[in-house]
Amino acid sequence: MIPFDYRRPDDAPGAVALVAPRPDAAFLAGGTNLVDHMRLGIARPELLVDVSRLPFDTIERLPDGGVRVGAAVRNSDLAAAPLIRRRYPMLAAALLAGASPQLRNLATTGGNLLQRTRCAYFQDATTPCNKRVPGSGCSALDGFHRHHAVLGASDGCVAVHPSDMAVALTALDAQVRVLGGAGERVVPMTEFHRLPGERPERDTVLEHGELITAVDLPPLAMAARSAYRKVRERASYAFALVSVAAALSVKDGVVVDARVALGGVAHRPWRAVRAEGALRGAPATEDAFRAAADAELADARPLPGNAFKVPMARNAMVAVLRDLNAGGAR
Amino acid sequence: MEATITLRVDGEERPVSLDTRTSLLDALRERLGVNAPKKGCDHGQCGACTVLVDGRRVTSCLLLAVTQDGASVVTAAGLGAEAEGEPLRRAFLDHDGFQCGYCTPGQVCSAAGMLREARAGHASHVTADLSADEIPLDDAEIRERMSGNLCRCGAYPNILAAIREVAR
Repeated sequence: MIPFDYRRPDDAPGAVALVAPRPDAAFLAGGTNLVDHMRLGIARPELLVDVSRLPFDTIERLPDGGVRVGAAVRNSDLAAAPLIRRRYPMLAAALLAGASPQLRNLATTGGNLLQRTRCAYFQDATTPCNKRVPGSGCSALDGFHRHHAVLGASDGCVAVHPSDMAVALTALDAQVRVLGGAGERVVPMTEFHRLPGERPERDTVLEHGELITAVDLPPLAMAARSAYRKVRERASYAFALVSVAAALSVKDGVVVDARVALGGVAHRPWRAVRAEGALRGAPATEDAFRAAADAELADARPLPGNAFKVPMARNAMVAVLRDLNAGGAR
Repeated sequence: MEATITLRVDGEERPVSLDTRTSLLDALRERLGVNAPKKGCDHGQCGACTVLVDGRRVTSCLLLAVTQDGASVVTAAGLGAEAEGEPLRRAFLDHDGFQCGYCTPGQVCSAAGMLREARAGHASHVTADLSADEIPLDDAEIRERMSGNLCRCGAYPNILAAIREVAR
C-alpha cells in the first residue's frame, strides 16, 4: 500500500470539493472493497476522503410513498429494516445473500453499488486486464471464465458486476442520487452501471468526484410480493454464479406486471426487459415463464467455460416466478 | 502520513500515533499489544480478526485504524465484561469448540455480535419469512449467521453446539 493523506470533511459538498480536483483522490466509506484493493495494489489513492460519518445514515419514507435510503446506511441495517423486509422483500433477501455478517456491518449502500468486479484477473495485478490497465488485454477470454459474463460482454472485457443488492435495486427501478461539483443529479439504477464496450475501466456513469448521497425506492406495491434467488458454489458467503430478483403481479391467472433482473451474468445488473415484456398479459404458467426466460437469454453468448450459466439463469428465473405465483417468497 | 487517534480497547482508553495505512487489526496487535484478534487472510474473508466495534461485529483487517478514532473496540480478551462473553467462553470450553484455537477469538466475538443481531430481530439468508418478528435460532440459522468465520480444523459441529447452548 502506498502512503496516503486522510481527511474527514464535515459535509458532502466539502467531500466533493476535496476529491473532484484530484484524480489521485478517492472517497472511503465502509472500505470492504477499497482497503483490500489498496493492499493488493489495484487502487493507489494518495488522498482518502472519509464519507462514512456524513449524515446519510437514515431510511426515510418519501411523500410519494417511496423510501429514501441514505448512502451511508449499512447493508446489515438496510436488510433488518422492517419497512424494507415487508415492502421490498427482494431487496432484504438480496442483501442477506451477500458477503458475510461482519462485512454487511461495514458495507454501505453507496459503496455496495461502487464495488468492483471479483474477476480473478482484475484482482491479480500481475496479469493483463483492460479494466485495471486500459489497453493491456483481457486474461479472462483465454483463461478460467466460469464466473464471467454471458450477456452484454465485449471483446475487451467479460467481467461481471458482483453486487446482489444492485440486482434488486435494478428490478425495483430505484433512483441513485448523486452530488457533484455542479450540483445534484438523479441516475436511474438501470442506467447507473455500464456495459464494458470499449471502456471497461469505467464501471458506472459517475464522473470522478461525484458522490452518491442516497438511493430512492419507488412506491411499487407489487414489490411486496418479490423474491431474490442466488445460485452459488456453496451455501453461504460466495458470489453468485447466477441470481434473479423478481416481483410478480397476477390476476385471474394472467400476469398483470412483472419485474425481473439478473445478477452474475453481465458487466452490470441485467434488467430482463424482454422477459418482462413477454410476461405481461401471458398466462401465469410455467410454460409462459420458460418462454419469457428463453426470450431474455436468446442473445446470450457464453464462453466455453460458462455455457452452463444460460440454462442456469433460465431455470432460476422460472423457479422464482413459479414460487411467486404459488404465493411463496424467496 | 502519521495520525493520532484514541481507541477504547476492552474498556481502556488507548491513544496511539500511527501511519494512516495501519489497519485496526495491526494497530491492536502491533501497536497496542492486544493479541486476541488474529490475522488469518488479511482480506476480510476468514473472520479470525473479528472484533466488536461500537457493539457490532466487524473484520478489523479491513478497517483503517485512522477511521476509527473514538471507537469502542471489544476483543475476545475483553469479551468477559460483556453480557454474552462469559457464557460463550464457558460453552466453547464445555463443547470443545476448537482444535488449534487460532480462529476462536474471532469465533466468540462473532457469536456475541450474532446473538445481539438475533435479539434485535435481524433475519438471515435462511429465514423463511422475512417479515417475522421472532426468528428462532435453529441450527441452520446459527450456521448461516456464523458463515463469516472459517475454521481450518473443522471444529464446526462443536462450535455450533456451543453457540446453540448460549442461544437458548
